[in-house]
Amino acid sequence: MAVSRDDVRHVAALARIGVAEAQLDALVTELSGILAHMEVLVQVDTTAGAADEPAGMPLAADEPGSVPLARAREDGAPKMRDGFFLVPRLATHDDGERSA
Amino acid sequence: MSHGRYEMVVGLEVHVQLRTRTKVFCRCSTQFGDPPNQNTCPVCLALPGALPVLNGRAVEFAVRSGLALGCAIRERSVFARKNYFYPDLPKGYQISQFEMPLCEHGFVALASGRTIGITRIHMEEDAGKSVHDRFAGYTAIDLNRSGVPLIEIVSEPELSSSAEAGAYLRAVKEILLYAGVSDCSMEEGSLRVDANVSARRHGEQALRTRTEIKNLNAFSNVERALEIEFARHCAVHDAGGAVVQQTMLYDADRNSVRPARSKEGSQDYRYFPDPDLPPLVLSRAYIEGIRATLPEFPSARRVRYRTDFAVSAVEADLLTAEPSLGDYFEVVARGSGDSKAAAHWVMGEVLAARNAAGAGTGIPVPAEALAELIRMVKAGTVSNTAAKTIYATLVAEGGAARLIAERDGLLLVGDETSLRGWVDDVFKENPDEAARFIGGERRLQGVLIGLVMKKSQGSADPQKLSQLIGERVGR
Amino acid sequence: MTASLLAGAAAGIAAAVQAGTATAVALVAESFRRGREVNAGRDGLNAFVSSDEDLSRALAASAPCGGPLAGVPVAIKDNIATTYLTTSCGSKMLQGYVSPFEATAARKLREAGAVLIGKTTMDEFGMGSSTEHCAFGSAKNPIDPTRVPGGSSGGSAVAVAAGICPIALGSETGGSVRQPAAFCGIVGVKPTYGRVSRFGLVAFASSLDHVGVFGRTVDDAALALEVIAGPDTAHDATSAVRESPALRHVARDLEAMIIGLPREYFPASLSAEMRDRCDRAIAALRARGAEIRHVSLPNTALAIPAYYIIAPAECAANLARFDGVRYGVRIDGDGLVGMYEATRSGGFGAEVTRRILLGTYVLSAGYYDAYYRKAMQVRERIRQDFAAVFASGVHALFTPTTPTPAFRFGERSDPYAMYLSDIFTVTANLAELPAMSLPIGRVTGLPVGGQVIAPKFAEADMFRVAYALEAELGQAAHR
Ligand SMILES: [Mg+2]
Ligand SMILES: [Zn+2]
Repeated sequence: MAVSRDDVRHVAALARIGVAEAQLDALVTELSGILAHMEVLVQVDTTAGAADEPAGMPLAADEPGSVPLARAREDGAPKMRDGFFLVPRLATHDDGERSA
Repeated sequence: MSHGRYEMVVGLEVHVQLRTRTKVFCRCSTQFGDPPNQNTCPVCLALPGALPVLNGRAVEFAVRSGLALGCAIRERSVFARKNYFYPDLPKGYQISQFEMPLCEHGFVALASGRTIGITRIHMEEDAGKSVHDRFAGYTAIDLNRSGVPLIEIVSEPELSSSAEAGAYLRAVKEILLYAGVSDCSMEEGSLRVDANVSARRHGEQALRTRTEIKNLNAFSNVERALEIEFARHCAVHDAGGAVVQQTMLYDADRNSVRPARSKEGSQDYRYFPDPDLPPLVLSRAYIEGIRATLPEFPSARRVRYRTDFAVSAVEADLLTAEPSLGDYFEVVARGSGDSKAAAHWVMGEVLAARNAAGAGTGIPVPAEALAELIRMVKAGTVSNTAAKTIYATLVAEGGAARLIAERDGLLLVGDETSLRGWVDDVFKENPDEAARFIGGERRLQGVLIGLVMKKSQGSADPQKLSQLIGERVGR
Repeated sequence: MTASLLAGAAAGIAAAVQAGTATAVALVAESFRRGREVNAGRDGLNAFVSSDEDLSRALAASAPCGGPLAGVPVAIKDNIATTYLTTSCGSKMLQGYVSPFEATAARKLREAGAVLIGKTTMDEFGMGSSTEHCAFGSAKNPIDPTRVPGGSSGGSAVAVAAGICPIALGSETGGSVRQPAAFCGIVGVKPTYGRVSRFGLVAFASSLDHVGVFGRTVDDAALALEVIAGPDTAHDATSAVRESPALRHVARDLEAMIIGLPREYFPASLSAEMRDRCDRAIAALRARGAEIRHVSLPNTALAIPAYYIIAPAECAANLARFDGVRYGVRIDGDGLVGMYEATRSGGFGAEVTRRILLGTYVLSAGYYDAYYRKAMQVRERIRQDFAAVFASGVHALFTPTTPTPAFRFGERSDPYAMYLSDIFTVTANLAELPAMSLPIGRVTGLPVGGQVIAPKFAEADMFRVAYALEAELGQAAHR
């Protein structure tokens, strides 16, 4: 499957990476080139049964004890005020659009 | 509007916050209302290098919810990453369950007799909070909620009216409150609802295009929003148009529903199993152990109240609306030996007193104390009127009913000497009425009894009193 | 005294500090002196992204002097969180970032008495095999500075190979410890997945990421791994529950051990010199009593394609947190989305961008089954290949670590050609097996490594093979 310019634009938008138009062709070539090597996987028969599954995961007790911070949240933050992290303003009604 | 020809089809997604002390993937507090970002750590701030570790209590509550809602619990479930960017989603993905949710195939029985299917219940983490109106030009991010444990309960699209959607929500809330897994408070955001709605011709089998309504912050708003959106769908269908699948937002202030601004097709969540979290594997014994601790649920309790306590259907509904109220009622009913009176007291004085005290303060007066008071009324030790006074004192000061009655002189006085003394006094003080009564004007008996009662401050035994007064007629 | 001490074994340094005949502070001074001597700085080998002699001296002054690494200077890869110095992952995105918490592996080193002397140069977020993708300049191979030291943990390998410290931490997702160890002529170990906590290791691809160790000798590496291994289920859900075995008191002979040579790791394209160094190592294993058996791992050729789907997919999600909101770089743009896009295009380098886009693509609607799901199934087949060989009675495998010795800067400009550098190492990451590289000689004057791969949690057997091979080869390992 060759990657198109639109594909690159689409995944760049999903990944929130700004890609200039001038970069698109190079990325199309690189990604298509890499993905061409992946085509070999399509031919592999993977119908054989799955392996024995791992035994599950450890669970934590519901007791306070979070990893302490050695320095204030403000220290590394690009923009904070009154304890809040600040980002460029979003319209209020966009808030409901996100899924939970 | 012509929507008589159409049937409403609704499916609901309910997000419920589980009542744990700490977050689902870190050990930060879930406390509501703390200063912004105070309850955050490397994990819920998504600092480089931090990793999630699952809260066992959250798992227990999620399993408990699933069992309470009639689900099959998967012994092996998988956490996935749901990828999207939003400033209050610190990792750039939400940990949720996708292909293998914890609970599946549940149901809720409504009072109407209909049963609504639950497709699945999965565990996930909450995002933080975005505050848009605090700083000019900026959105402010508070991550105290980031990582708070949630379950998402997804119903089948089987609800066929807004009223039924409301009934379903109330039933789910009631069951979860009984199960003790959540506070289910829409005000504090521990219960949230998204509604999927479509309209189809009666008898039509296939589902038509649906829209999803978000921003619903009260059960009554869910019902209102569904009506509005359903009417819109009907109008579109009648006009020969096509409903566009999209997200709608309910505006409570204007009671309106309008499209959200998100672009179509922009939601590609790229779910895949979270490599930081191995599958969650639960043993049969663990699941059955939780099942064994489930309480009696309201539907079963209602039936039992009507048979064991001989209360009416309406009373049974009221008494079982909250698990704690039902528990209280049962102690009072058994302790007093008079379930009828217990029901009246609980639904009357007790609810009034609790409401007056404000939400979240619990039920005033221990159930045993109220039971004693009812026993005293039954035994004729205090009058009904005095009992109400005593109850008010119990609410205000606490203590024991009998001691209050004695201290405040509220015990019924039944000894003839005292009663005769009061009657003599009243007859002397009201010679005119007394003469007419003795002369045969029997309708004055009530007046005279009232005067004696007043004199005795309500402590005169009314039965003996009316007997004594009655004896004086025609003397 | 201190100079010869620094040139010796880590265990010797710790013994001297414990005995009070040397001090951690003097060792720090000697380590920095050695750094200047070999020109480890920005204009030279560029081993470190950040280091600070005064800070290290202060750390040394308060270091516990009773632990197994008392006073041992250590370098730590810049993607392992330490509360001193940077944790910038070789990226502009985190330039100057200091972590407010400490990785478990770093904490265990510190508690054992080790003293941090610097955070090392690496390919950005671990993505690369040469350190050419470090935003702060490449590290250089101390044996031939016109060549790469390997990557992504190149700076850590350089620090050890150049004699600045006897032990260093690295990390690997597809061979980023073993490959630079081979290129720099030292020992590099990747333990079983879960053996060392990943808490505090900045994630590249969570299911493949490991903290690993470098040592000048097998024993130094064993000592370092003993210190950092062990359960950490309170901070890492993928941490193994089982306790780590002793690694330094294993037998030095290979009697009754069967060592497999997987034919897929000895392709016809391997150079005659490379082949010869391997043969010499195999002869050494035989000389120590091992039975050599030819085996096959038939799905080996699928490892790189599967890896370059799984790793980018996980990386795309893991690196979504770098959004300019809570820490790191923020570059303003048009509104929120503009800020995201400017921050992420400005903060990430070309290779990271390429992998995020690739990973986003293979997970996006319509492609998941064809790519990601398929790759995970192939990964399972690769696991089963190894399981079958080990089930047949083979105790460990021996292979070359890399097909070639260190290449020149700029020599592998095609991304896929660079990816093939990891062809013999990615399989152990995919299968979660312990694997290590140790020197087996030189080819055209450059070091090459031999790789020992063992079954899951069989690090003790792996070290037994490595100790025996190191002892039997002796000085030949460096010729
Ligand atoms: Mg959800
Ligand atoms: Zn936290």
